[in-house]
Amino acid sequence: MGLGERSFDVAVDPELKIELGKQGIFVTTIQELYNWGRKSSVWPMQFGLACCAIEMIATTMARYDLARFGAEVFRPSPRQADLMIVSGTVTKKMAPQVVRLYNQMAEPRYVIAMGACAISGGPFKQGYNVLKGIDRYIPVDVHIPGCPPRPEALLQAFMTLQKKIDEQSLTGENRPRYLNVDAPGEFPVPEQGEHDLVPASNPNVWTVPVVIR
Amino acid sequence: MKTVEEIKTAIETAVSGAQLEIVPNGSPSAEHSLLVDAAHAFAAAKFLRDDAELKLDFLSNVTGVDWLDKETTEKVKVTRPVEKEVNGVKTMVDETVEETKKTVTPGYLEAVYHLYSMAKKHGPVILRMRTGNRSDKVELPSLTPIWRAAEFQEREVFDLFGIIFTGHPDLRRILMWDGFKDYPMRRDYVDPDDYEYEPTAHDDVLKRAQAHLAATTTEAAQ
Amino acid sequence: MSESLLEAWNRPPTIEVDGEGELLEVAMGPHHPSTHGVFRMDVVLDGERVIKLKPVFGYLHRNHEQIGQTVGYLQMMPYTDRLDYFCSLTNNWAYALAVEKLVGQAVPERAEYIRVILAELTRIQNHASTIGFLTQEMGASGTPLMYAFREREKILDLFESLTGSRMMCNYMRFGGCRVDMTEAHLNAARKIVTGLPRFIDEFENLLTSNEILMARSQGMGVLKPDLAVNAGITGPMLRASGVNYDIRKVDHYGIYDRFSFRVPLGEHGDIYDRYMVRVLEMRESLKILEQALKDIPAGPFIDPKAKIRGFKPKPGEAYGRIEAPKGELGFYLISDGGTSPYRFRIRPPSFINLTVLEDMCIGQNVADVVVVFGSVDIVLGEVDR
Repeated sequence: MGLGERSFDVAVDPELKIELGKQGIFVTTIQELYNWGRKSSVWPMQFGLACCAIEMIATTMARYDLARFGAEVFRPSPRQADLMIVSGTVTKKMAPQVVRLYNQMAEPRYVIAMGACAISGGPFKQGYNVLKGIDRYIPVDVHIPGCPPRPEALLQAFMTLQKKIDEQSLTGENRPRYLNVDAPGEFPVPEQGEHDLVPASNPNVWTVPVVIR
Repeated sequence: MKTVEEIKTAIETAVSGAQLEIVPNGSPSAEHSLLVDAAHAFAAAKFLRDDAELKLDFLSNVTGVDWLDKETTEKVKVTRPVEKEVNGVKTMVDETVEETKKTVTPGYLEAVYHLYSMAKKHGPVILRMRTGNRSDKVELPSLTPIWRAAEFQEREVFDLFGIIFTGHPDLRRILMWDGFKDYPMRRDYVDPDDYEYEPTAHDDVLKRAQAHLAATTTEAAQ
Repeated sequence: MSESLLEAWNRPPTIEVDGEGELLEVAMGPHHPSTHGVFRMDVVLDGERVIKLKPVFGYLHRNHEQIGQTVGYLQMMPYTDRLDYFCSLTNNWAYALAVEKLVGQAVPERAEYIRVILAELTRIQNHASTIGFLTQEMGASGTPLMYAFREREKILDLFESLTGSRMMCNYMRFGGCRVDMTEAHLNAARKIVTGLPRFIDEFENLLTSNEILMARSQGMGVLKPDLAVNAGITGPMLRASGVNYDIRKVDHYGIYDRFSFRVPLGEHGDIYDRYMVRVLEMRESLKILEQALKDIPAGPFIDPKAKIRGFKPKPGEAYGRIEAPKGELGFYLISDGGTSPYRFRIRPPSFINLTVLEDMCIGQNVADVVVVFGSVDIVLGEVDR
């Protein structure tokens, strides 16, 4: 359990909760139960792009064992998946398909950008066919640096994501996108133009970062 | 295996009218190549595959090379009559003047084929073809009917360099998408301007990133 | 060119469509669980039968060749790791070999032995993983792949302790290797080599006479030797069709002359032969490893006179190729005397091996397409570059 200031901690005194637990009474809130259920069984999409996908496969194998985190069920269909691991270089030829796959996923959905290429284009940034980071088109929840990141790094990202899910509030300003009627559910798919992708980025998701020196 | 000179004479005797030239290779690998004219390339290639002694049945590698227009400046000493005043009298005197002379060698696209023999286990024999220029005379004969191995590789050369292989059964773009207009591996290709920022930029990348940033910020200010 | 010559090309077979009903066009990929990445096949189906199959490439076109022409020779070495990301060490070797050929650089004996040891370990882990993926295509969801990855992890641990990275080793240098393989590393390699025969036996017990594997692979995806040669197929796929062509034996690069090993050949050119050739090649690699680990001499691991700073080859060109686990991997370099190559070309084995994919799939059921495809053994980083 995370130790963030959540509504439950305010509603019920933690010591009282432990005392009640000794008596066989389990007290919780809908939010806590709901987030606990979601974070303990994240279904990633079986979707590999490049080198990082091999490390992703290695993570699911016996040695690193992603199943310990309740996420060993890789779904081939985006309709059944909660988590998209963008594992590798996104090229301009592939980018529309990645956005389309993301659009096909059901809410709540999360994205891990795995590796330098998915974050920014990485070593291939200067290539004419390489997208300079998937976060130009879709919102990314966790970034993992590395080329490729080790399986431990993917596990760390996974735990970070679980923490993020656990801390999501169901109401209020910071409620997730799918509980906010006004927030966009579908993200525009870029088109392949004569020289480049059109548009070059989605301004609702991404703005040029300011480098402070 | 025969030397390049012997292969050249063998092709010239077998294919009448073929114009061949040996392109020397200055590196220690000393793999010299044969430049064949586009009109006779197909027949020459067929001979190389079917000849009992050479039997180059395995086409390993097909690639394109882009050679830009070359501008060479050289200093030439020219002797010409110059008017001069000698002892108050104007006379014409020959004088040697140094002049810079510019010559432009037109560029061309080149297709390079690396041939080996699986039957005789020798090779490589390197075959080259050159286009007339880089803009409108970019056609070369396809060697796919002789070696199927060229099918995808010639498509790739077409996609990235823009050499049109006549006689190719299925010449489409292969790596880039269909609506793409440029030939990205040409030396004068300019990439799309999408370097908005670069945390560790240097050299050309830094220049481009700064230019792009300046352009986008003025746009935003308007 | 006359029409008759064009007709003579080795075109894929066409089959008659009988009966009524419409043909169905299916785009398998670029997101498909069995395409090993982002590969797409546009398949035309008559019921379950494949009538036409066109591969679509480029979803992982990362512009290696363009980048190779803008960075320095040595700077390109880490990029070669990312071509065929299962076999970074053989990629390193092919590139180093091409550059060594371009500048006439000799390699010390110990470095040659280290290269052979690492390349053969790479070949074993590649073949094991390939077979794992191939059986997964047939429905063995996990077990052989999990076994293969278990062994792969052991080999990767050695690579990591030697080079600093599990997958992207960046280890070879022009004229040798980056760091020396110490006695501890050699002992670790010896330990792996002693353990591997048991793994291959276990693997074979599981698969070689497995009824499902035999039913799904024997007589499927047949590739005739003459087409294989004409289409430039290399590696285990060519040898499964019965053509004896192994660049380790043909080009005598490195020090492969010193080791006794055989080249396994297939008879039928079907998927089962491709599986079997890979298993036998793993055993032959073990033989090479045993000899190399026994004979490795002392000495420098890199030519001390090798030029590293200000590396500018003379104008010229070179084509260097090796027998990578997937086939002939070649690098073609043209130097104009500058710090980076004028032309940098990669000859990718798995891209060219896909030339005959359509020929092998036509007339088969659509479910077999993924098995035929798995038996080619491709990695998209190398196919699209």
